[in-house]
Amino acid sequence: MDIILGIKVEDGTIIATSKAATRGISVLKDSDDKTRALNARNLIAYTGESGDTVQFAEFIQANIQLYSMRENDIELSPKATASFVRNQLATSLRSRKPYQVNVLIAGYDTKTDTASLNWIDYLGTQVELPYGAHGYAAFYANSLLDKHYRKNMKIEEGLGLLKLCLKELETRMPIDFKGVYVKVVDKDGIRSIEGY
Amino acid sequence: MSRRYDSRTTIFSPEGRLYQVEYAQEAISLAGTAIGILSTEGVVLACEKKVTSKLLDNDGSAEKLYVINNNMICAVAGMTADASILVNNARINAQSYLKTYNEEIPCEILIKRVCDIKQGYTQHGGLRPFGVSFLYAGYDDRYQFQLFTSNPSGNYSGWRATSIGANNSAAQTLLKKDYKDDLTLKEACELAIKILSKTMDSSNLNSEKLEFATLSLSKVNEGKVLHKIWSAKDIDSLIKDSGVLDDKRDDDD
Repeated sequence: MDIILGIKVEDGTIIATSKAATRGISVLKDSDDKTRALNARNLIAYTGESGDTVQFAEFIQANIQLYSMRENDIELSPKATASFVRNQLATSLRSRKPYQVNVLIAGYDTKTDTASLNWIDYLGTQVELPYGAHGYAAFYANSLLDKHYRKNMKIEEGLGLLKLCLKELETRMPIDFKGVYVKVVDKDGIRSIEGY
Repeated sequence: MSRRYDSRTTIFSPEGRLYQVEYAQEAISLAGTAIGILSTEGVVLACEKKVTSKLLDNDGSAEKLYVINNNMICAVAGMTADASILVNNARINAQSYLKTYNEEIPCEILIKRVCDIKQGYTQHGGLRPFGVSFLYAGYDDRYQFQLFTSNPSGNYSGWRATSIGANNSAAQTLLKKDYKDDLTLKEACELAIKILSKTMDSSNLNSEKLEFATLSLSKVNEGKVLHKIWSAKDIDSLIKDSGVLDDKRDDDD
């Protein structure tokens, strides 16, 4: 019951991931970071089968970095990154043991000066969205986001909307998810927002 | 004496040379000239078609110009049969990149991949190297219009104007003299014709002896790359407009 949430705002994308690492009925850890930085302006957040998740995210991270090393520090755009991840999941789905991983990719394209949020599931479904979530969190958060999301929100407004979603999740989710890590991807790169 | 080192591609001679690779490059300098010119509005590729038998029944399609993908074309000098293997490979590479990343392959990445194959045959023994040089014309949103050459050794380089094949040094000298940074596409086409008319030994230039292609951006559809392999009619009218035939006549007088 991991929570991952993404909200795209005017000049950046916000990602929130729950801190709890659970196994069965136990919480193993309350400071688990379910994100990996792929490059300076691309962040992947993941949920799914534990073990598969970190393995997959770090595999993608390594490949994105390998691309930059090979191609003279040229970095893949968020769109190309998302397509690559989708392609990997779609290939994996048709293998003997597919990765059971769902991801959100927050990116900022410096060429077009646009932020993006890509939603990809283990079946290889990929969509570019203004906001999105995976798992149980999606059931509670989507209705709130549908109601309150507006185009061209500022980062502060986006963070306000995120607070609203988290409050609902804390009320409705049956287990304690130990709070969230919040990260913002914008033109300056990836940064953590404290106080959640 | 040197036979000992000639027979294998992968063995250095005592002077530190790879003879088979050099011979392959030599074979190319006998093939028809191809020149490429970069302009502000696009890239021109022009090739000399070595005149074959009158009886040859071809449909008039280009023999030395190939479309690689939506934003790249190339011209070939050397063995056409070898070239078609590499062109096929380049096309597959371009499509597989498009499938993975949902974006057109950047020109240099594709060229590098083709050159890696060429390089392989200078090192892993038993076979001969590919006897082809390429001129690549391409567009990508990182570096806009680009012109590259590659040779049998697997080296590649970027140019504003260059030539490969027979008489390439003469063509290069003429390009150095007449190339300007602010050429329009039309001026670049005319410059290409002018230079080919001087480096080719035949007296009257016509569409039977030339192949022509341009790469430019669409004016209606923003960001769309247009590539055109010219028809015989268009080539003939370009030759006429460029006035090289008139110059020739003056020379004769």
